[in-house]
Amino acid sequence: MRASIALSCGLVFGLGLALAGMTSPQKVLAFLDVAGDWDPALLLVLGGAVATAAIAFRFVLRRPRPVFDARFHLSDARRIDAPLVVGSTLFGIGWGIAGYCPGPAVALLAAPGNPELPLFLGGMLAGIAACAVSRRRAGRAGERIGDG
Amino acid sequence: MTLFDILPSLAGGVLIGLAAAGLLYFNGRIAGVSDILEGLFDGDAGARAQRLLFLLGLVAGAGLYELAGGTAPVARAGFPPWLLVVGGGLVGVGTSLARGCTSGHGVCGMARFSRRSFVAVGVFLSVAIGTTWVVRHVWGIA
Repeated sequence: MRASIALSCGLVFGLGLALAGMTSPQKVLAFLDVAGDWDPALLLVLGGAVATAAIAFRFVLRRPRPVFDARFHLSDARRIDAPLVVGSTLFGIGWGIAGYCPGPAVALLAAPGNPELPLFLGGMLAGIAACAVSRRRAGRAGERIGDG
Repeated sequence: MTLFDILPSLAGGVLIGLAAAGLLYFNGRIAGVSDILEGLFDGDAGARAQRLLFLLGLVAGAGLYELAGGTAPVARAGFPPWLLVVGGGLVGVGTSLARGCTSGHGVCGMARFSRRSFVAVGVFLSVAIGTTWVVRHVWGIA
């Protein structure tokens, strides 16, 4: 059951990204480029998504546990620490350069002929792998909590 | 901006929010793409399979949109390939350090009113706007 839920939620997520035009780096950069021909679409997408999720989460998190699992897998991290700020800064630089964040980069696999796919996705996976390896070496792997 | 531009953006956003809500309601998981990617190689087999299926669904959803007549993302002519690799690397390292990206912190974290997520979004959004300005208007690369 959990498997088919994961698949269908991913499908709706990908459909939403594509419908909103967020799989196109040109559209994303048209939002980030406030000094150019500014396109506010990303704000509407993020606003629509956060508002929908915020309303739904209120009801969902009132339950003692999810329907098909023993507990909610949530991060209980609270501290505003250096990795959060430095990581978000590096992410912002990469996003501002290329116009892809992780969701749209994965969605690009639906357009396998696009020559930007192996370059960006390859770089991104290498970056994630490098961090995961160094974290594991430092022995701070811990349990995944689904923070992001 | 006309209604024709507004509606797909809002509808797409609502679909993303519903997908995040569904994953939390049924499976108790956060729909954060960078975390799901990193978790592909971590945890028990069941959790790894869930993550892989979510990502496959994501690709299928985007593919479905293209099959239904939507436009697929097109590559930019003249955009330096090395810059795409560097951009990808920064996005990978950054989201891994920050434990979240536009979906994990942006959608799910803000919907949970997490202070960490509000800080993350404020930082990556303003840095991305500044970076795009430098790349496009100082370097002249578009």
